Amino acid sequence: MTETSHTNSLFNVSDKTKNRNAAERRFRIYGILAISIGLLMLLVLASTIILRGTSAFQQTFITLDVDLLESKLDKKGNRNVDDIKKVSTFGYSPILLNAMKKVLEKHEIRTSLKKKALGGIISKSAPSQIRDFVLEDVNRIGQTVEFKFLVNGWIDGYIKGRYSRESVANSKFASAEQFDLIDQLLEVGVVEKKFNFDFIFGADASDQRPEAAGIGVAMVGSFYLMLVVLVLSLPLGVAASIYLEEFAKQNIFTDVIEVTISNLAAVPSIVFGILGLAVFINYMHLPQSTPIVGGLVLTLMTLPTIIISTRASLKSVPPSIRDAALGLGASKMQTVFHHVLPLAAPGILTGTIIGMAQALGESAPLLLIGMIGYVATNMPTTISEGLLSPNSAMPAQIYEWAKRADPAFIERAWGGIIILLIFLLTMNTMAVILRRRFERRW
Amino acid sequence: MKDQTYLDRESNLTPGISKISAKNVNVYYDDVQALKDVSVEIGKNAVTSFIGPSGCGKSTFLRCLNRMNDTIDICKVTGQILLEGEDIYDPKIDPVQLRAKVGMVFQKPNPFPKSVYDNIAYGPKIHGLANTKSDLDEIVEKSLQRAAIWDEVKDRLSSPATGLSGGQQQRICIARAIATSPDILLMDEPCSALDPIATAQVEELIDELRENFCVVIVTHSMQQAARVSQKTAFFHLGSLVEFGDTEKIFTNPNDPRTESYITGRIG
Repeated sequence: MTETSHTNSLFNVSDKTKNRNAAERRFRIYGILAISIGLLMLLVLASTIILRGTSAFQQTFITLDVDLLESKLDKKGNRNVDDIKKVSTFGYSPILLNAMKKVLEKHEIRTSLKKKALGGIISKSAPSQIRDFVLEDVNRIGQTVEFKFLVNGWIDGYIKGRYSRESVANSKFASAEQFDLIDQLLEVGVVEKKFNFDFIFGADASDQRPEAAGIGVAMVGSFYLMLVVLVLSLPLGVAASIYLEEFAKQNIFTDVIEVTISNLAAVPSIVFGILGLAVFINYMHLPQSTPIVGGLVLTLMTLPTIIISTRASLKSVPPSIRDAALGLGASKMQTVFHHVLPLAAPGILTGTIIGMAQALGESAPLLLIGMIGYVATNMPTTISEGLLSPNSAMPAQIYEWAKRADPAFIERAWGGIIILLIFLLTMNTMAVILRRRFERRW
Repeated sequence: MKDQTYLDRESNLTPGISKISAKNVNVYYDDVQALKDVSVEIGKNAVTSFIGPSGCGKSTFLRCLNRMNDTIDICKVTGQILLEGEDIYDPKIDPVQLRAKVGMVFQKPNPFPKSVYDNIAYGPKIHGLANTKSDLDEIVEKSLQRAAIWDEVKDRLSSPATGLSGGQQQRICIARAIATSPDILLMDEPCSALDPIATAQVEELIDELRENFCVVIVTHSMQQAARVSQKTAFFHLGSLVEFGDTEKIFTNPNDPRTESYITGRIG
């Protein structure tokens, strides 16, 4: 009151204006704070994942010259495949031990380790690696072949800094002597750390062999899941949305459907999992643990997302376009397919990709229908095998690893998360690019 | 049914003059009555304008003439509208065919987000009016020429129509509407989104179109109605108050409401 009487100059800032400006400044600071906190969280998350996960992509290997002794592998000496098959991986252990001793002699390394502890340095997958190699061509018996074997997970953990001599003092899995030996072998180059392609392309391995576990088969499982989800949910979802949005009359029935779809989108995924278990496996007797069942379950989960986003993008097409086409004598269907759908396409695509990305990261429903980590040991060779043979998916595989006791598996879980995140980021980037690309056309 | 149509034709149509005849048309949006007992005869080769204050039902009536109201779920139409003696609300009539015969231009220019060429060619394509590419080219060129925009766009037929100016877009929409060679052209406030220059161009165009089409135009501007139309219908509160020669309506209206409106006392 006094102010107005004092002056009318614009250069005098009134108290009210000052308060308003201060409020705006405060709000800006809050906003910047909120964004900074968000970015910080993201940074912590990303750096933790990268720090913990990258070591999974490297693995310690040992290079050994193995004598494929006839006296051990083919006692009859007639190269009969059936006879050779009778020699189990257990029978290959002595050869492996010989090779180990040979390399120690060659480099004049002395060790007090007993047979078992010496062999324990090498992964338990090594004997079957040699056996597979021999069975591939039995004439290889008698030769001396250079192999690269994985090193046991505990030893690998020592090289990656997970264990020290003190921490394994009371362990029955590894000993300080083994670490001494490894240090010497590292020096002479028999043991080395290399990029591990088997982690990206291989299959899960048993509890005793974390070093041999890979996410590749689960990745293929995820691929088939996504295939099923895409093939089922895109046409179904888009057709349903077009019908609801463009053709169906507004009445109680469509209202109920609309509410139901919205509710379905909010249903926890585990509910879809138990539904899939009850309906697809127990009632319809589809093979359990298979990508086809997983795909069906994830389709149920993805459909509402796709329908909602498709309807939203159909709604956002201006009605004037529909009027224009109808006014020219285009039928309803021509109007929708010639004009409305192309304009809604970027939105539909984005919705679909985001729905798929959600499905790709889903683990709970898959666990319920048995798509757990260890069910598949081989890559499927045909599409039908890919769909119908038991497999896992990346998130389920990661969960499976994370719950195992051996820290070597935890490392792999982190590595798996990196791969999963790469896939999700790729899909989301694709969604953004597609959207930009289509929208820029006019 | 055929006899009925024949009789209707005899009784309702003065040969050579009436193109559309509406009898007792009532339109309801749910419970709200938007049009009350509208009866009107719209002539050939003439521009008929519908004037009246906002919400008087003039656009609603226009949209009845090509059954665009069908797209609104809650809209119900009763009464009879005859196009050359045929009841367009007969259940056997396919609105798609009707709309090919009765073209429409909307209030806001609404070209498809496609090229100029594709905009014009779309109607002829879906109605199978052109068998060859050269036929189609000819239709496109002719339509654009008739809509007085050919010279402006002939070098950019493949560029997007949405990139043109508002007035150009509206003339593209007119060209698009006449490309299917309709008998009747309905225009729903075609100049309301345009500047005075573009308006003048479109009005000139409407005058030229009169030779080949029966044009019905809804307009907010009385001056425009006076400039372009030969017949004028005045709507008020959902009823047709007065219908007659434009000159007479604007100089010597019968109804006091019409007079109030054109002198600016209501509406």
